[in-house]
Amino acid sequence: MTAIAIEDLNVWFGSPGHRSYAVKDVSFKVEDGESFGLVGESGSGKSTILRAMAGLVPTWSGRMIVAGETLGKTRSKSFYRKVQMVFQDPYASLHPRHTVDQVLSEAMRLHGVENVDQRIVNLLNDVGLGTGFRFRYPHQMSGGQRQRVAIARALAPEPSILLLDEPTSALDVSVQAEILNLLVDLRAEHRLTYLMVSHDLGVVGHLCGRIAVMQEGRFVETLGVNEMRKLQAKADYTKHLLESSINSVR
Amino acid sequence: MSGAAAWREWLLSDEPTSRRQARLSSWYKGWLTFRSNTLAMLGLVVLVFLILAAIFAPLLATDDPFAQDLGNRLLAPGEQGHFFGTDSLGRDIYSRILYGARISIYIVLLVAMVAPIVGLIMGTVAGYAGGWIDVILMRITDIFLAFPRLVLALAFVAALGAGIENAVLAISLTAWPPYARIARAETLTIRNSDFIHAIRLQGAGPVRIVTKHIWPLCISSLIIRVTLDMAGIILTAAGLGFLGLGAQPPSPEWGAMISEGRKYILDYWWVATIPGIAIFAISLAFNLLGDGLRDVLDPKESQS
Amino acid sequence: MRGISFTLGKERLGIVGESGSGKSMTGRAALRLIRPPGMIEADRLEMHGEDILHAPEKRMRQLRGGRVSMIMQDPKFSLNPVMTVGQQMVEALHAHGKYSRNEARQRALAMLDEVAIRDPERVYGLYPHEVSGGMGQRIMIAMMLLPNPEILIADEPTSALDVSVQLQVLDIMDKLVRERGMGLIFISHDLNLVAKFCDRIVIMYAGRIVETCAAGELKNAKHPYTVGLLNSVPDLENPRERLEVLKRDPAWIETPSVSARV
Repeated sequence: MTAIAIEDLNVWFGSPGHRSYAVKDVSFKVEDGESFGLVGESGSGKSTILRAMAGLVPTWSGRMIVAGETLGKTRSKSFYRKVQMVFQDPYASLHPRHTVDQVLSEAMRLHGVENVDQRIVNLLNDVGLGTGFRFRYPHQMSGGQRQRVAIARALAPEPSILLLDEPTSALDVSVQAEILNLLVDLRAEHRLTYLMVSHDLGVVGHLCGRIAVMQEGRFVETLGVNEMRKLQAKADYTKHLLESSINSVR
Repeated sequence: MSGAAAWREWLLSDEPTSRRQARLSSWYKGWLTFRSNTLAMLGLVVLVFLILAAIFAPLLATDDPFAQDLGNRLLAPGEQGHFFGTDSLGRDIYSRILYGARISIYIVLLVAMVAPIVGLIMGTVAGYAGGWIDVILMRITDIFLAFPRLVLALAFVAALGAGIENAVLAISLTAWPPYARIARAETLTIRNSDFIHAIRLQGAGPVRIVTKHIWPLCISSLIIRVTLDMAGIILTAAGLGFLGLGAQPPSPEWGAMISEGRKYILDYWWVATIPGIAIFAISLAFNLLGDGLRDVLDPKESQS
Repeated sequence: MRGISFTLGKERLGIVGESGSGKSMTGRAALRLIRPPGMIEADRLEMHGEDILHAPEKRMRQLRGGRVSMIMQDPKFSLNPVMTVGQQMVEALHAHGKYSRNEARQRALAMLDEVAIRDPERVYGLYPHEVSGGMGQRIMIAMMLLPNPEILIADEPTSALDVSVQLQVLDIMDKLVRERGMGLIFISHDLNLVAKFCDRIVIMYAGRIVETCAAGELKNAKHPYTVGLLNSVPDLENPRERLEVLKRDPAWIETPSVSARV
């Protein structure tokens, strides 16, 4: 079953006549249970694709079929039960005045989940935070802990698809390792489909099976992770990206 | 002794175990920050003192604030048991100050309840909705902003008659626009935060987002602004009283007292000066309080 | 920071650590840029034998920029947004010597050319928000190297840049530091990057130096923190099932700093 099918997606900003296209003619499919990576430099449009899917950007054209639903201008409640997103900056993705408990219980109440208290405890354990964190405010937690809460929030409605927007770029390297391990575990445990955006090829290589390389809003190439590891890229831009990453890594 | 220490530890705990504990802990820590600011505490103490004086005026006053005693006009402070002397009609100034505190606090409470709340609603709705709702609401705000307070008060007096309620109405109607602007500016910034996106992705509607997510963040700057504005509001009310547009004689409103004491300022300075000092004290207290509140309410935002 | 000791010669010293390790603060402390209530205490803080610890602020101002320069992470925040590129560069020059307007301008243009900016005349008149991240960082480098300092402190100079631009900026820094025989302190969270770029590395944790080694010896690092850092980065070419999670040993905080004095 295809979890995500995107056809001829165009996303633009600005008024008619002064449109600037962030995403141009993008088409791809992600199967159930797959982990698909979108890679590119800043301004390549990769995050914009996620936002358009989530319904955060109204100006798009093309066809998007996600979790069996053809997407229109707005998203239904049932959509949000199946698709959730984790944002990049852990310092901005939690409301500064809400405790972890408030964040999670609100998410669950909005989806009509029962047994909220027990579910909160389960979620916190799932993401590796003890119940001691339940009543903390964001400023009482580190970046890695906040990101775990963000992941817990995304898992609250028991979705099948997770959109991950650079989930570890704002974290220290050692914390990133923990979160990456967590994401791998969660995917296996809950049989999730991942669509992940990153500029870091190492991270994408660790978490994804197939990768699309983007440049200036367009797909340059789609390749499997094994090809990526062997540096077998067809397009010049991809080769250039791979070489830059290898050089800056070891 | 150990009871208090245990309470303190419970409140300062890093791992709260209930919603109540988390909230109380947050308040307590804010209070501790506030307490470390001496000037802010001074403001708070003065304010509490004035509020208590107003509440217990009947118990603390030495005379009836309206009782005239023409035989004892313009007595100097300290003479014949009048702490602050008497005014041109022989009324005890000390007692009038105490009862006047009630009026000042009444004005402050009324305006503080109306203006920021109206401003918050207008500003956040305009900021979050955007589009033509934003335009309409902001133009309404601009219209009210354009009204000069005193001119509006004059208009109200002419239409509805002089009195403290009409003066307060005039002040409230002109006080809310700046709050709307602040709230809108904050909403525009907050609106693009990831945590708002996240709650939208949980299916939250605009009402929930504005009331539960945006208002809590706007409230701190509004509270700070309100306390700092209080000084101005009291002065405006005093000014209206001075012009005879606010509280009417024989009401012991501080501004009206200054007005009555104007004629005697050279020889009997206390009649106008003592109410002046009272206004100064309450304005300063609000200013210091507002400063202290800003230190408590703002740094958390920059603490990440 | 606790008990930090190191020397810097005509070499490239890399200081690596995560957030909160004190690496940025080390750079700033060397320039005495710490504001109260922060305080600097040291047995010795010297440059070319001159005592900096107690030097008067006036002397420090001469040294900062004149003999020691600093580049910071994000040109969006470190370039003055209301002055043009040219104005800022010339301002940096004027702070450290007397130049006529024309001379200053010529020097600035020459420097922009040295950092591989293709159209120096045009860029000279642009505002910082009109240039890209990579260009902004190169402008920053140009501006900081104009007064000919001997030491450059670079605090995460490439972290805010895209990967392909990073290499370009690093190349320029490499060239300039080599040509001018400068000393370089390269502060970063990226251990591998520092290993490639620097001669010696110092690894910091919780305000202390936990290990120091030559860049080529990094793979033989002994301290568990360093090893943990190396192993927690996902490597494109060598995939692993699980990334190693760093177990922070509280003993690391109790051990005093290792000296990185040569």
